[in-house]
Amino acid sequence: MQSATRKLFLFLLTLLSTTALATAQDNVFTGTNTGADRIRIAVSDFKPGAGDTTLKPIFDATLYSDLANAGIFDIVSKSLIPQTTPGTPAEMAIAQWSAAPASAAMVAFGNISVQGGKLITNGFLFDANNAQYPQVLAKQYSDNADENAARQTAHKFADEIIFRLGGGVAGIAETKIFYIHAAGGQKEVWQMDYDGANQHAVTHLGAISLSPRISPDNTRVAFSSLGRDGFQIRMYSLLLNRMVNFSAAGGTNLSPAWSPDGRSIAYSSSRSGDPEIWISDTNGAIARRITSFKGPDVSPVFNPKTGAQIAWISGRTGLPQLYIMDTDGSGVQRMTDGGYATSPSWSPNGQFVAFAWNRKYGPGAPGGQDIYVMEVASKRWIQLTHDGGRCDFPSWSPDGRHIAYANTADGRDEHMKIWTMLADGTQKHALSSTGGDMPNWSWK
Amino acid sequence: MNVAATRLFKSPVLLASLLTLSLATGCHKKQGPDPNSIGPVTAPSAPAPTASITADPLSIDLGQSVVLNWRSQNANVVTIDGIGQVNVNGTQTVSPSNSTNFHLTAKGDGGTVEANVRVTVNVPVAPTPPPADASNSGGDLGSDSAFHQNVPDVFFDYDSFELRPDATTAASQAAAYLTAHPAIRVIIDGYCDNRGSAEYNLALGENRANSAKSALVSAGIAASRIRVVSFGKEKQFCSDETESCWQQNRRAQFSIDR
Repeated sequence: MQSATRKLFLFLLTLLSTTALATAQDNVFTGTNTGADRIRIAVSDFKPGAGDTTLKPIFDATLYSDLANAGIFDIVSKSLIPQTTPGTPAEMAIAQWSAAPASAAMVAFGNISVQGGKLITNGFLFDANNAQYPQVLAKQYSDNADENAARQTAHKFADEIIFRLGGGVAGIAETKIFYIHAAGGQKEVWQMDYDGANQHAVTHLGAISLSPRISPDNTRVAFSSLGRDGFQIRMYSLLLNRMVNFSAAGGTNLSPAWSPDGRSIAYSSSRSGDPEIWISDTNGAIARRITSFKGPDVSPVFNPKTGAQIAWISGRTGLPQLYIMDTDGSGVQRMTDGGYATSPSWSPNGQFVAFAWNRKYGPGAPGGQDIYVMEVASKRWIQLTHDGGRCDFPSWSPDGRHIAYANTADGRDEHMKIWTMLADGTQKHALSSTGGDMPNWSWK
Repeated sequence: MNVAATRLFKSPVLLASLLTLSLATGCHKKQGPDPNSIGPVTAPSAPAPTASITADPLSIDLGQSVVLNWRSQNANVVTIDGIGQVNVNGTQTVSPSNSTNFHLTAKGDGGTVEANVRVTVNVPVAPTPPPADASNSGGDLGSDSAFHQNVPDVFFDYDSFELRPDATTAASQAAAYLTAHPAIRVIIDGYCDNRGSAEYNLALGENRANSAKSALVSAGIAASRIRVVSFGKEKQFCSDETESCWQQNRRAQFSIDR
């Protein structure tokens, strides 16, 4: 059945490409290529002003990387752009940029300086095809004169450009990724910027912690941690910088998930003797059970668009499969037809579920565990990773254009790294060194 | 390992309470007429036997030997549990692998007398931690090796938490040992091999440990004596990518809950 569907996809894909459509579309439409062709944008190095100039290369590299990774731009190679460095609109000769070889439709430029201990940045976005009134955007930023501020300023300016040119969807350059950092037999919750910069520890429990999940308002991280009585859900406040209460329950408690309103946590609990999906408030109180089949039930995730459905993994029929149900436990649908499916992540628009799937799983069987995206309504899917070693724990970015995931090229857990890619499987690159696992992208 | 000592620790080690009597037994025995012999039937003249047993040293490290020395009077048959019938007076060198109670029984015409000596063996690889809480300290927990011999780990098939037939047999043996040692509380750890996903494996490990728990509960062990912890694929026993290694990781492991 599934292979027949897949053949149909391949056929349709061939049909689409042979009819030479202007936009190459995914066979499952992930939104990566929304609208027209990717906008061709040129990013000029910013013109250095007074003061410390060591921060300028950091700013330039971050801005270029943000726009190149946004998934909506065709970025002009730096070797093709004019050799001038315009710092202000008056210095901008837009015709040079719209002409070949740059052929840019948009140009981002500006100037950066340090004045009175502050990093002052002026950024502009020009429409190269509108010679008379080219200015689209002008922003001024003032922040501390340090590396982190230089990166954050670049992220803010990039997000402004992406928001203007990306169909009104907010950019993700200011978002964070929470993940597990393994070292010395311990696993702690860490956090980094979306581009892999600024990696640092959040918890210092000296224990094995897993499955970090950031709250929708970025104030708390729920995770599970191994104590004397096994794994329990724990809660860390990013405002108080300390652990806060989440009531312990019997049995193994793991894989918490926030509801989009931030008021509930769904997780797997075996307090009844069998791992089932439970939902409680954010203190662990008022817990109710919503599954009741023998066998492992884990890794719930809310539909972030509606908050009314949960995708999760169940081993009720043997190998773990992807299921979807309403939050009251009704309307159970099995989504995968075989193999070994784990680690769902529901896309922000509610349309897709990304998950890890080994379709040939079994002793001695060939094939690997890769990241897939399934359209919930049709159960059609596409494979995003191929032959790159074991992949797990996909996590959608809030704009739905990116997926972070964990990958180990040789299959060994200790070599796990965090990667990111566009939601159509392109532009893969590593964010962390080895020891990074279980990424969870912040909601905003 | 000394064969006699092995058999010794298999027998219930319930004589710990007699330990304090070990060397003094003979002294406390009445030296005068045995009250039992005052009856009209038995020969009034046979004196009661006396017996004592000592060990030197009383505490050894694993692998070292200890000299048992016993003396008896008025006894015809002297036996030491695990060694068998011995001379009425004698010495023997033994190398017990675990802390052992040497229990001597002397039978004579005038009756039967017992003597004990306990040899403490310090096992360097697995030092026994002191009891974690007072509730356990009163009972006899047995030794760790006796526990592991009678309550072996149970292994599971790939992605399964059903007990295999061999595991079911092992569970009834384990239940018998636990019934004989009511002070022992058990912790069952569930483990999985390193394939598949961490979160799912934690739930699977929980199901495995609970399967083992259910088998013990059905065999009559109170559920309140059993604690279950799943480790999933964390803390692997071995890390090779082979079926034998995976099999060793797919298990429910029993240990004494201290």
